[in-house]
Amino acid sequence: MRRYCNIREAEMRKAVVGLALVLLLSGCSATWGWYVVDPTKTTGMSNLRFLIDGLYYTILLSVTAILFSVVVGLLIALPGLSENRKLRAVNRIYVEIIRAIPILVLILWVYYGLPQVANISINVFWAGVLALALSDSAFEAEIFRAGIQSIDKGQYEASHSVSLTYTDTMRFVILPQAIRRILPALGNQLVYMLKMSSLVSVIGMQELTRKANELVVSEYRPLEIYSVLVLEYLALILCVSAMVRWFERRLQADERY
Amino acid sequence: MQPAATRPIIIIDNVSKYFGAFQALKDVSLEVSLGERVVVCGPSGSGKSTLIRCVCQLERHESGTIIVNGVELDNTKKRVNSASAGVGMVFQQFNLFPHLTVLENLTLGPMRARQMSKADARDLAMRYLERVRIPEQAGKYPRQLSGGQQQRVAIARSLCMEPRIMLFDEPTSALDPEMINEVLEVMSELASSGMTMICVTHEMGFARRVADKMVFMDNGEIVEMAEPAKFFEAPESKRCQEFLEKILQH
Ligand SMILES: Nc1ncnc2c1ncn2[C@@H]1O[C@H](COP(=O)(O)OP(=O)(O)O)[C@@H](O)[C@H]1O
Ligand SMILES: [Mg+2]
Repeated sequence: MRRYCNIREAEMRKAVVGLALVLLLSGCSATWGWYVVDPTKTTGMSNLRFLIDGLYYTILLSVTAILFSVVVGLLIALPGLSENRKLRAVNRIYVEIIRAIPILVLILWVYYGLPQVANISINVFWAGVLALALSDSAFEAEIFRAGIQSIDKGQYEASHSVSLTYTDTMRFVILPQAIRRILPALGNQLVYMLKMSSLVSVIGMQELTRKANELVVSEYRPLEIYSVLVLEYLALILCVSAMVRWFERRLQADERY
Repeated sequence: MQPAATRPIIIIDNVSKYFGAFQALKDVSLEVSLGERVVVCGPSGSGKSTLIRCVCQLERHESGTIIVNGVELDNTKKRVNSASAGVGMVFQQFNLFPHLTVLENLTLGPMRARQMSKADARDLAMRYLERVRIPEQAGKYPRQLSGGQQQRVAIARSLCMEPRIMLFDEPTSALDPEMINEVLEVMSELASSGMTMICVTHEMGFARRVADKMVFMDNGEIVEMAEPAKFFEAPESKRCQEFLEKILQH
């Protein structure tokens, strides 16, 4: 596992350096206009600031959405584990329907459709959070279900033998073990969420992608600006991946496992 | 060996249990008196586990009556809380909680199900850890202990619920030979303290020393039930004779 990570990390690093090199070298040719994002120039620097400002909402949006989707995912996973057929059906129907809707469509529907249906007003940020969380919750539910099902049934029997209720069994015995096992998968979902948050730009959320689009409109330098955008996402996601792996390693070092 | 009291604390009357179309228990009847030690043996798949799992409500029986501690286990209703039924269970695979320390394994039940304070639960747990002779392991995680130590922790965990009846399902079958005795010693001590016990085990030396009643099961039925002296010297059924011959050869 650890070896695998190191190899992947090394490859990623090579890819980043390679990409940066290609961009720099091609900057020598006349068709490129790096001045729009040249940090040594005043306008370039302010353009860069403008682009990087989007990071705040990209992160805030993704992290808020994943917190909600984890909670909803767990609440949807639990009936899926029941012996009761109707409860299991609730889980299946939710997962199948939500999984079938493209994220972009869900974002549009929540922002333009939901306010009319529910007679509420919703701002861009919360529409984005709601759509992303809803979409992700179906995947979280499946992750939780698999994680909980991987716990030995002897753990339930031992809990029963010391008279724990269902809630206490879940809270103190099953979930603490299941969550440790699914953390890598949850980390993946966070990375996925960071990428999917770019779609919320279509309803005007001032995150990374929207900022880049706006700058392209005023500067008309799509190649350079979108290249910076690529690097922004790459840097962000590599950082998050490294954090997730660090956390995983700490869990592996834990003497309990 | 002290004489067993006569009031039955477990009554199993004509109990049948099915897994789908397969009948795992066939009209089984067994009474256990307060303080009595019953040892159940029989070939693999004969229904020994199923029988004691019905008593602690890990399985539901389809017909017949089971009364434990004066409470009828009516499987059409909600599970009777096993603490109120006063039954402790020790498993072949220990089933300790791997993410909790030994001490936390022991205090979880008392704190959540018996509403004890943390300090009281701790004192109780330490008392039982001393009784199974591993108080010094309280801060470790199950993985860090040997199999024999883990099983003793599991016994202590059950005892912390202060049950009136202890059920053991092949508690030494998953252990290396050199660790079997430390677990059997703890069980013998528990027996001599007057605990009502049903032990599924093939440790016949232990059975001879401790049992008030021997039960032999085969094919979901109780084939033979007798005092140890008679059971070992002159078993009535052929199946039981053959089984004992096989197992005592080792
Ligand atoms: N959950 C189950 N589902 C289906 N069959 C089972 C289940 N548990 C036990 N059985 C069957 O019931 C019979 C008795 O099992 P068990 O009580 O575990 O036997 P023993 O403990 O004597 O080895 C076996 O044939 C076994 O295959
Ligand atoms: Mg068994």
